[in-house]
Amino acid sequence: MHRTGELYGQFKTLEQQKESASLGMWIFLITEVMFFGGIMLAYALNRHVYFPAFAAGSNTLSLKLGGFNTVVLLASSFTMAMAVWSSQVGKKTLIPIFLLLTITLGFVFFGVKYVEYSQKFHHHLVPGKKFDIFFCVNNPASCPDVAPDELMEEAKLLDEAKAADPDLNSHAQLYYSAYFGMTGLHALHMVIGAGLLFWLLKGSLAGRFTPQWNTPVDIVGLYWHFVDIVWIYLFPLLYLIDRHK
Amino acid sequence: MSITAAVPAKTLPQHHYLNATYGIRSWLLTVDHKRIALLYLASVTFFFFIGGFFAMMIRLHLLTPSGYLLSADTYNRMFTMHGVAMIFFFLIPSIPAVLGNFFIPLMIGAKDLAFPKINLLSWYIYVIGGAFTLYSMISGGLDTGWTFYTPLSTVYSNSAVAPAVIGVFITGFSSILTGLNFLVTIHTMRAPGMTWFRLPMFVWAHYATSIVMILGTPVIAITLALAGMERLFGLGFFNPAMGGDPILFQHLFWFYSHPAVYIMILPAMGVISELIPTFARKQLFGYHFVAAASLAIAVIGFLVWAHHMFVTGQSTYAALAFSFLTFLVAIPSAVKTFNWVATLYGGSISFDTPMLYAFGFLGLFLIGGLTGLFLGCLGTDIHIHDTYFVVAHFHYIMVGGAVMGYLGGLHFWWPKMTGRMYPEWLARVSALILFVGFNLTFFPQFLLGYLGMPRRYHVYPPEFQVYNVMSTAGASILAIGYLLPMIYLTWSAFYGRVAGDNPWPATGLEWKTQSPPLTENFEVTPIVTWEPYDFHHRPDLGLDPVSTHEIMPAHGDD
Amino acid sequence: MPSPLPFFPEQASSFAGHVDALFSYILVTSIFFTVLVTLLTLFAAFRFRRKSASEIGAEIHGNTALEIGWTLIPLILALGMFAWGAVIYVHYRTAPKDTLDIYVVGKQWMWKLQQPTGRKEINELHIPVNRNIKLILGSEDVIHNFYVPAFRVKMDVVPGRYNTMWFRPTKVGKYHFFCSQYCGTNHAVMGGWVTVMDPAEYAAWLADEGGDVNPVSAGEKLFTQLACTTCHVPNGTGRGPSLNGVYGAHVLLADGSTVTADESYIRESILQPKAKIVAGYQPVMPTFQGLVSEEQILNLTAYIKSLQTQPVPAKGAGVAPASSGKKSL
Repeated sequence: MHRTGELYGQFKTLEQQKESASLGMWIFLITEVMFFGGIMLAYALNRHVYFPAFAAGSNTLSLKLGGFNTVVLLASSFTMAMAVWSSQVGKKTLIPIFLLLTITLGFVFFGVKYVEYSQKFHHHLVPGKKFDIFFCVNNPASCPDVAPDELMEEAKLLDEAKAADPDLNSHAQLYYSAYFGMTGLHALHMVIGAGLLFWLLKGSLAGRFTPQWNTPVDIVGLYWHFVDIVWIYLFPLLYLIDRHK
Repeated sequence: MSITAAVPAKTLPQHHYLNATYGIRSWLLTVDHKRIALLYLASVTFFFFIGGFFAMMIRLHLLTPSGYLLSADTYNRMFTMHGVAMIFFFLIPSIPAVLGNFFIPLMIGAKDLAFPKINLLSWYIYVIGGAFTLYSMISGGLDTGWTFYTPLSTVYSNSAVAPAVIGVFITGFSSILTGLNFLVTIHTMRAPGMTWFRLPMFVWAHYATSIVMILGTPVIAITLALAGMERLFGLGFFNPAMGGDPILFQHLFWFYSHPAVYIMILPAMGVISELIPTFARKQLFGYHFVAAASLAIAVIGFLVWAHHMFVTGQSTYAALAFSFLTFLVAIPSAVKTFNWVATLYGGSISFDTPMLYAFGFLGLFLIGGLTGLFLGCLGTDIHIHDTYFVVAHFHYIMVGGAVMGYLGGLHFWWPKMTGRMYPEWLARVSALILFVGFNLTFFPQFLLGYLGMPRRYHVYPPEFQVYNVMSTAGASILAIGYLLPMIYLTWSAFYGRVAGDNPWPATGLEWKTQSPPLTENFEVTPIVTWEPYDFHHRPDLGLDPVSTHEIMPAHGDD
Repeated sequence: MPSPLPFFPEQASSFAGHVDALFSYILVTSIFFTVLVTLLTLFAAFRFRRKSASEIGAEIHGNTALEIGWTLIPLILALGMFAWGAVIYVHYRTAPKDTLDIYVVGKQWMWKLQQPTGRKEINELHIPVNRNIKLILGSEDVIHNFYVPAFRVKMDVVPGRYNTMWFRPTKVGKYHFFCSQYCGTNHAVMGGWVTVMDPAEYAAWLADEGGDVNPVSAGEKLFTQLACTTCHVPNGTGRGPSLNGVYGAHVLLADGSTVTADESYIRESILQPKAKIVAGYQPVMPTFQGLVSEEQILNLTAYIKSLQTQPVPAKGAGVAPASSGKKSL
């Protein structure tokens, strides 16, 4: 990595370099909006057409875990913004602290995601041959992590949904395809973000970022905020709409 | 003998970007936009050959109605891979990645693009995507059509769909990064005095193209990702057996793939906007209108995608809306064409090879564009959709338009890129051969289409044979028109006559550097005080200060 | 029957004349502009050709009036074309009430068509002239398209939904129809003939089932008509095993068991093809349940029996263990 404040050969001024980096990241984020937009559109259309199945799918997600993750990500955006601020005002010792906090919160998010995903796996909710939206309702013993009263509510909900849609299982599988597709893509972007944060951490520990030159922190911050915003869309779309509890 | 100002240059400059460093590593790890452009030149030419080989097989096979050469499955793989190779690996990258990469920094007075390393990464992504697609071709091939319609591609096809989908997915990022690089560069790296309206039209064209690249390509990326997952893991978005919708695939696919055709043609139009003013030695007529038209095409181009879907059973209202918008998108192209022709009036026109390609473009793009009206018009589209009429239409635009633009640009800028001239008379003959061969290949296909011959047919009713034979005869002539430049351009890069800084002469900033340019392009950052294509106020070009054609007093408007 | 104009197909429906008229209008307009621009270009190229090496062109920036003119005039012409096309299209997408409804199913790579009386056809459509005909289109597998050039009509056939199309044939005769949406290997042979008949002839045709006396030749005709030949290629190179010598022989199945190919096995293979899959083949054979009568199955069986004496290919026969098919990614 170049040393602090060094001008890359193709630029004439540091200002031009910073402006380019910033504009570049904004344009990249626009492409990410188009990318996620495609799958969100597919999700929205399918939700409209297969309303009972998708509502049933939403209700199998844990509001607690999803809500907790939302708070975690919002907090991580705050710590990231603090890291950027620290680099802007020259508080060099604070930068690695805030970056580390952001990374930690990111890993908390991954941990919760892992719990959610493995739960789906055990409940036969991963798309494929074994997919069965009725699995926990029919096999309560195999789903000890779901409380009995929750299971009763779910059974009622699924019965209503099945009455409205005889192909419920097949369409619920579409919901889960979207769920894993969207959250998986989001998680992948977070992993890349975490990698970038580690790279920044290394640089900040070596004291590379100054008020004159904090471009990497700035643009990674933009990226991290974007990843957060994607989750802010995913959470209501997947977890919140048509909740019965 | 071309009537251009004689430039007495005997030797190449001592130092330039080609001899600045030596060795394979200096090329494979270069961040010089000019070297990266040449890396792209090699790769797109490679894929052009591959696509061309498949085209040759198609036309040879179609000489007889009962198909004597290939089995049905093999033929289907041939046309599919012809499309995939040509569209994703030749047409989309060619002008932007070769000519755009090379000349945008030079044209705006910059030392390089904004992100040289990302530029190199772009090329590697292209190569990796290409490798996956080649693997698909070698391991049996792909037979879904380049359009990958579901559920044929995701469920029923027995061909190597997944590697091809992965390959195209990866290559899309090459396109995105190129577009990103261009947008930032054009915004932030213009030399002092290079205001927006002093930019060469080539730069405007690439600005518009880059907008399409960054907004459209991510959508094909997610579409192919979903289709790939359906193929590999059985997800069901596009599979009716699982409640999915094949029409959803088509909407998502065409949302990119229609703007993609503007990615292919806008840069070629940018080239033509350079060639005509240069070889008529006159300002581009209606500069502002041409720039605005480029942006209009980019924007409206995003609103017409479902004109590929008029007979899918989509809602009549939707069809009406898309047909209306399709007619709207034709208008800016018409405006540009009229502006190009108007540029000729009062000019001083020479018929060097690049100008021959420009003339060819004018005629062929005109026909291609006009035949788009038949297809955008709902009443006629019902009959000619998915017939050879469509095939003829898009080849007129893609080959008659985009490829001619590419070849014209390549010839125009060859002396700047290599320091040497190509053989002029051979090049002119080659351009004419290409023009004749092209028309003979594709005009009969309009007739075939209206008579009812569907596309993607490995056998056909015997009454269609005459036009098919004509088409194949034309293709063999066209092939010569392509092979000749590959041979003589390569030869001329080493043995051509030394060209000098500005052999034509042309007015762009790129012609104020040596040929070939230095690695850092300009020794001193230029300060721009002149308007584009302004032959009247450029004494440095060594031409007459006034024209003998002053038909009307110089207009002050626009 | 070739039309007097060698560039247009025959006009055999009520739509054809309208479509051709619109096409001709756009064509004439296009030719006009092509000629205009070409002549202007050629004239300019000649009149303003360079006379001396250092000559330059006049200083002309542009002309706003011209720009407006050549924006508005094409726009008006274009909108006119749009409107005319829209009228035809809306008419095409709005079937009248009094239609004769035919159910059409497309599948790789054949068409099954059913008349209102229940009479079924394969790759053929018999209809009366001067009646409004509506086709209800369904697909069993991938997207196909039903296209009749002489009628100037086509419509996609999309799995998971029904599409409808209508037309009124105006001329007695036989007209090609094609599959016009790429659907795999035999897309190009997935077509047939539309026979437009006088109403009396149509009524007679509908009432009569017809048939051959000799079951083997009747079966042979059916075997081709039903497109069995597409997959059951005699030399073993098709997607299905060759049927040469299969009758009475032992067949090795995918699950390792063997079965004797008797009449019941042949009948089951036609009606429930997925019940027993021959080793080394994919379960891709569609069922003909509801498509063939018992009499037709008997004819087919007679024909397949007659193939006992045909040469059995070394690879790809129903009898010997066949080479395994390649499964692609």
